[in-house]
Amino acid sequence: MTALIEVENLTVQFRTDEGLVTAVDDVSFTLDKGQVMGLVGESGSGKSVTAKALMRLNARNAVYGEKSRITLHSETGPIDVLKLTSARDLKIVRGGAISMIFQEPMASFAPAITIGKQMVEQLQIHSDMSKARAKEISVEMLDRVGISDPARRFDQYAFELSGGMRQRAMIAMALSTKPKLLIADEPTTALDVTIQAQVIDLMKDLVSEFHMGIVFITHDLGVIAQTADKVSVMYLGRLIEEGPVREVIRNPKHPYTQGLIAALPKLDDLDAPLTPVAGDIPSPLERPSGCVFHTRCPQILGDICKTDLPRDRRVDPVHRVACHLHDEKTPA
Amino acid sequence: MTERPLITARDLSVGFKIGSGFFGKQILKAVDHVDLDIARGSFFGLVGESGSGKTTLGRALLKAVPITGGSARYGDEEVDYDLTTLSGAELRDYRKRAQLIFQDPYAALSPRMTVRDIIAEPLEVMGLTKTREETDARVREIAAKCRLNLEHLRRFPHAFSGGQRQRISIARALVSGPRFIVADESVAALDVSIQADVLNLLKQIQHDLRITFLFISHDLSVVAHTCDHVAVMYLGRLVESAPTRTLFAAPRHPYTKALFSAIPSLDPDDRGSAQKLQGEIPSPTNQPTGCKFHTRCPFAVDLCRKEEPALEHPGDGHEVACHRWRELLGQTAA
Repeated sequence: MTALIEVENLTVQFRTDEGLVTAVDDVSFTLDKGQVMGLVGESGSGKSVTAKALMRLNARNAVYGEKSRITLHSETGPIDVLKLTSARDLKIVRGGAISMIFQEPMASFAPAITIGKQMVEQLQIHSDMSKARAKEISVEMLDRVGISDPARRFDQYAFELSGGMRQRAMIAMALSTKPKLLIADEPTTALDVTIQAQVIDLMKDLVSEFHMGIVFITHDLGVIAQTADKVSVMYLGRLIEEGPVREVIRNPKHPYTQGLIAALPKLDDLDAPLTPVAGDIPSPLERPSGCVFHTRCPQILGDICKTDLPRDRRVDPVHRVACHLHDEKTPA
Repeated sequence: MTERPLITARDLSVGFKIGSGFFGKQILKAVDHVDLDIARGSFFGLVGESGSGKTTLGRALLKAVPITGGSARYGDEEVDYDLTTLSGAELRDYRKRAQLIFQDPYAALSPRMTVRDIIAEPLEVMGLTKTREETDARVREIAAKCRLNLEHLRRFPHAFSGGQRQRISIARALVSGPRFIVADESVAALDVSIQADVLNLLKQIQHDLRITFLFISHDLSVVAHTCDHVAVMYLGRLVESAPTRTLFAAPRHPYTKALFSAIPSLDPDDRGSAQKLQGEIPSPTNQPTGCKFHTRCPFAVDLCRKEEPALEHPGDGHEVACHRWRELLGQTAA
């Protein structure tokens, strides 16, 4: 496997009236070509900010850490994403080599411009193809994502499509530039289960066909289990566990991951009580010291969790966890 | 037989007039001839995709949208109301007895009111308490049930997380002492880790205060864990209704079966075994003839396209509206 994108020590803070708020704190991961990474976490865990950093889409008040590095391995060589400045250079990570699909497709299409016109526009921005050729490719893509009568849909507006169709159209638009990396931010959350199942199937087909890497952001572990190769779990800006999907779901190491899985209502055991993760996620303005999860952790060891930031430990070569419970198991 | 249900709906329909075309007004049938009994003290689940009419049905039972056909009755230990004709003082009384908890706790709470004022408002509007002391005492009592302390009552909603906000919404719904609560997607906007907490709170309230819940949700695993009885809606019709365990153990309607198999499995090795339903729910303004599900049903035959199946009551408490359910027993959709 070859690396597609490498994120090293990513820290993102936002300048606000209340001071500097940390959204992402020292996160590192690597995504290989053709790999699907699930990024899981609650609201406020920093998963969307992490994903947006890959495309430099965070708001202007975002401050990236000095040691933070994001390297995209493109066909023309490595690109240092955080160093890009001009609009021309940023085009590569914004819709060129990296595309993004969002949770709410209605909000992501301009309402007064036809779907087709928007697709053609972005193709022309990212290549020098003719309008006719761009239309041809757009209709082809709409057809590919399972939209019936694509030539007619091409001339329609977003409001004329149903929710599932809109999400398909957005996927078609995101993929028409043949990106190397697709970021999918809760792409199925707003959809009904039957439509969600269709969209998941579609995305699986497209991964194998286009051989893209995908960062799949969701809070739904069922969706992760169905789509991802590996899973990264975030909590309050920290990446607390990462490993292959089977390992993390069947054998979670971090108390937070264990809690998340226990909190899921399971259909095969209706008698099992629902066990929430106790307490609420703290406000980013009041980040706990030490391990960020210690205020809610049922397995807290004592002062060490309150004072010392746990380091990443490898429980096996591909499964890592940041928790003091695993400190002694692997010598640093 | 057992005691009378809290809610009894027969042939209940809700239609909305939309626009006026060349051939006159068009009626959108959001709820279409629904029969429904909600037993006292139960936690009744209502599931279906967007556009199935579950929210409209819930609102109709609260008299928040007009009932355009059929009948609906509400009867607790004290009163018996005909919801189709309810008005005046009786309607005001019904407002105390029937309450709604919304989906989005961020939109449902006024950002300019303290939590105390948010919870106290229904008491003041309905004139349930005479003095400020009485109001405060009632607010505190309900807040404690929802695990909100005095310090919380002084703050504004922005200071709270999603789970806490939903507990504030629940307290507001409880303060008038309702017997019936419609919870419309009340945990859908919450994180998984918090969801279980709010669900446990709702169950505890049902148990402690003997309140009947109509729990509207699109999340089948949540419904499976909280509800005693589940009804499934599709395009305004009730297609299946049964005690939760019966329904999940042996669904009879092809739509219910498809819904179940679409739930993403938590087992990474169980991928792609699900039966995938093709297409989407048709527009309610342009409904299919016959069985409304026939356009997506893998088992549809000619009869399904021509004749709409009635909700059958086979006598085991497991109702279903499908022409072929007996033939399809035990069969999973292929």
